[in-house]
Amino acid sequence: MTADTQAPQSEIGRARLRKEDARLLTGETNWTDNMVLPGMLHMAFVRSPMAHARITSVDLAAARSMPGVIAAFSGADFAGEQGSLPCAWPVTEDIVVPAHPPMATDEVRYVGEAVAVVVARDRYEAADAAAAVDVSYEPLPVVLDIRSALEENSPKVHEAGNKSYEWVFAQGDIDGAFRDAPVVIERNYRQQRLIPSAMEPRSVVAMCEAGEFTLWSATQIPHVLRFLLAVVTGIPEQNIRVIAPDVGGGFGSKLQVTAEEVLAVLVARKLGKPVKWTESRSEGNLTVHHGRDMWQRIRLAADGDGRLRGLSVDLLADMGAYLMLVTPGVPLLGAFMYPAIYKMDAYSFRCTGVFTTKMPTDAYRGAGRPEATYAIERIMDELAAELGVDPLEVRERNWIKHEEFPYTTIATLQYDSGNYEAATARAKELFGYDSLRQEQAERNLDNDPVRLGLGVSTYTEMCGLAPSRVLGSLAYGAGGWEHASIRMLPTGKVEVVTGSSAHGQGHETAWSQIVADQLGVPFEDIRVLHGDTQIAPKGMDTYGSRSLAVGGMALVGACDKVIAKAKRITAHMLEASEQDIEFTGGRLHVRGDPEKGHTIQEVALATFAAHNLPDGVEPSLDSDATYDPDNFSFPHGTHLCAAEVDTETGMATIRSYVAVDDIGKVINPQIVEGQVHGGIAQGIAQALYEEAVYDDEGNLLTTTMADYLVPSAADLPSYVTDRTESPAGNRLGVKGIGEAGTIASTPAVVNAVIDALRPFGIRDIAMPCTPERVWRAIQDAQENGGTA
Amino acid sequence: MAKITVTVDGVTYSDDVEPRLLLVHYLREQVGKTGTPIGCDTSNCGACTVHMNGVSVKSCSVLAVQAEGAEITTIEGMADGQWHPLQQAFHAEHAVQCGYCTPGMIMAAADLLRSNPNPSDQEIRDGLEGNLCRCTGYENIVRAVRRAAEAGASS
Repeated sequence: MTADTQAPQSEIGRARLRKEDARLLTGETNWTDNMVLPGMLHMAFVRSPMAHARITSVDLAAARSMPGVIAAFSGADFAGEQGSLPCAWPVTEDIVVPAHPPMATDEVRYVGEAVAVVVARDRYEAADAAAAVDVSYEPLPVVLDIRSALEENSPKVHEAGNKSYEWVFAQGDIDGAFRDAPVVIERNYRQQRLIPSAMEPRSVVAMCEAGEFTLWSATQIPHVLRFLLAVVTGIPEQNIRVIAPDVGGGFGSKLQVTAEEVLAVLVARKLGKPVKWTESRSEGNLTVHHGRDMWQRIRLAADGDGRLRGLSVDLLADMGAYLMLVTPGVPLLGAFMYPAIYKMDAYSFRCTGVFTTKMPTDAYRGAGRPEATYAIERIMDELAAELGVDPLEVRERNWIKHEEFPYTTIATLQYDSGNYEAATARAKELFGYDSLRQEQAERNLDNDPVRLGLGVSTYTEMCGLAPSRVLGSLAYGAGGWEHASIRMLPTGKVEVVTGSSAHGQGHETAWSQIVADQLGVPFEDIRVLHGDTQIAPKGMDTYGSRSLAVGGMALVGACDKVIAKAKRITAHMLEASEQDIEFTGGRLHVRGDPEKGHTIQEVALATFAAHNLPDGVEPSLDSDATYDPDNFSFPHGTHLCAAEVDTETGMATIRSYVAVDDIGKVINPQIVEGQVHGGIAQGIAQALYEEAVYDDEGNLLTTTMADYLVPSAADLPSYVTDRTESPAGNRLGVKGIGEAGTIASTPAVVNAVIDALRPFGIRDIAMPCTPERVWRAIQDAQENGGTA
Repeated sequence: MAKITVTVDGVTYSDDVEPRLLLVHYLREQVGKTGTPIGCDTSNCGACTVHMNGVSVKSCSVLAVQAEGAEITTIEGMADGQWHPLQQAFHAEHAVQCGYCTPGMIMAAADLLRSNPNPSDQEIRDGLEGNLCRCTGYENIVRAVRRAAEAGASS
């Protein structure tokens, strides 16, 4: 493994304990909700209890007269200034992007949409007064099912209709691939709606002083937020500072420009006082963007030996009521991933984005790739069952062989590296695949009421978002570069400023390891700064498993420049030629004579003193770099899940779970393992536990953690993890790991559940595979004459 | 308003509080113990777990007035010159990612080890069922609690 083969002096590959932990373990954390400012007021929102209605009146009088209330506003009060919340990814030229005022003015389109805000001296008074706001509604028909929303007689969410866009992609002769194909399999899979459920609820503090705005927010994207706040509100960008203090998880849910952020800024401006808003969990379940929610129709054509000919995918994707930051683009991130690790002759993809009267969807851990991986890995199991071969065997017949890399897929992606054989072989070994298969056969033969199922997921994904040119070609509104600065302090310490914005990922530790190796300075002497647009003025923030593969490379670029500057100054100090100066082990010295030279810290101090610099050279080693990747990052791996399904109760229990991931070179194996564990847990949660449920009037039923089942330690198994290593094309050789576990694990678990129940003739159960659904599937199968 | 006297992390406070004030809001906003966060409003997540007279409680489900005369320990009172064995173990095992659940997780784990000094992995999982973490998948939290138990955290 990487950790064992590193030279001891190298920081990269070491399981360094995290620098972040000290404040997190002792309660010295700086969460947004901890902020207290002089004169600070508290906001409470009044939210629509109706999924679709015309607002006929908003009466704020009673609320305004309540104790402690300073002000109350309805949508009309913001009409001239609130703009429209941004959608940065209008995926087609004719996409319908409805106006999305942060506070509704005439019509509400989902339960939870803000219709008024009360500002009071404390949060209890604000909540009391919000309850006293009287809003009258005239109900309008709801639109809840994307399968019927496009019918001509369906009620409309927006005047322009319920279709937002249709996006298509095709390569190869898809009709030819299906014509006379010996094997054609078609399935419809459901990606249920999920609630991201970061443990820290959203929180915002906004301050306006002399026309200058500071916004503290529990956000993943301080830089994107600053830019878009300026665009939405018209406040000059240079007068906005956004700070993301310690942020308690995101998983995509804090990759957003929210109504509450915009309104907090506007209220702070109106009142000239700082304001705070922190959501309750039930408010968050209603109004933090949701994830997934698609119907997937997938068709596969294969030869008699299981070799894939073509794949056709037709998606209906629930946008919810409005398009938020990247709502329409999420399915596109999956569009390129349905062919996964498999070779085929033709591929077609179509996605229709549909409006409903529900909370908008947007990025949630994996964003498009988990959905794609689920569908292809599920249907590969169906192909195996159809052919009567082992699921791993049918995959091996189709996957790209390690000697074929780099490989351009049918979806036009160029996979830089990979070794599916190695990851699968290692996973099988750790899992005891063959003996489990034998046990399964025996238990099936014995009609064991508790069946064993083995689930396979040989996933890959595209992350490290992203090459700016590619994003441009997909109509995304910005680039995908990342920025870094290195500041060499006179005492020899180093400040690293990164445009990535960690919220649990451990960048302060991993970035220190990278810079320690690049500059030859001690890990402990490096401080990493991030998450404040005044301190880290440039960045594209953290999502899409991009921080290391893009932001880490920006660090390397900035370190290169520091060293180049230091070489020039050292050459002058040593009266040597710049070309003769080498940098090794933190020392700049004359080639071949390591004794004759200076440490980089000594050069930093000499540069600070500036007494003896070459003519025309600035007295600074500090350097910036902006890195734009030329390709995505393609982690892959093999995840294997053994599930026991009690056919009498329907309870599916994970007995063992093995994950072998190939994410290239590893900076910190302990952090990577943590990302894998957490990712797997979130994927298991989709497979077995979680679903956002709306009733037939559009009320969210899963508004609390008692109803929306984020799994606990008691609900989840222990995981066995290992890695193989195929270095990526960038200089660090790294890929992303933030989302891989979530992408891989959902199909592994459901494949295991279905594999256990295949003897009953069951070939699908809609997620989450709860005991009730599993039990009903068994009952239905037995009634329909399935054999056990 | 009701008058309460509460000892928090070794310091005694006397305050007037609204009868409906939640203990967690009292701790965070009146005493300034912001190390204890709030993760939900239905006592499911456990992020706000503190010790009240030595026993773990979810401070979102206790009224400040109910803490009258009580001794409260928060995450900020766990270190005694050096980190508590659970804090050390959570660090060593990388049981912390975003850290939002961590204070509650450590306080709940301390109570678990008090009642069961040598729990099995399954007992740790069952014992922490009332504390949710979205980042770690719990694997390293279980390892950390086991490590702390082996280091004698219950004593």
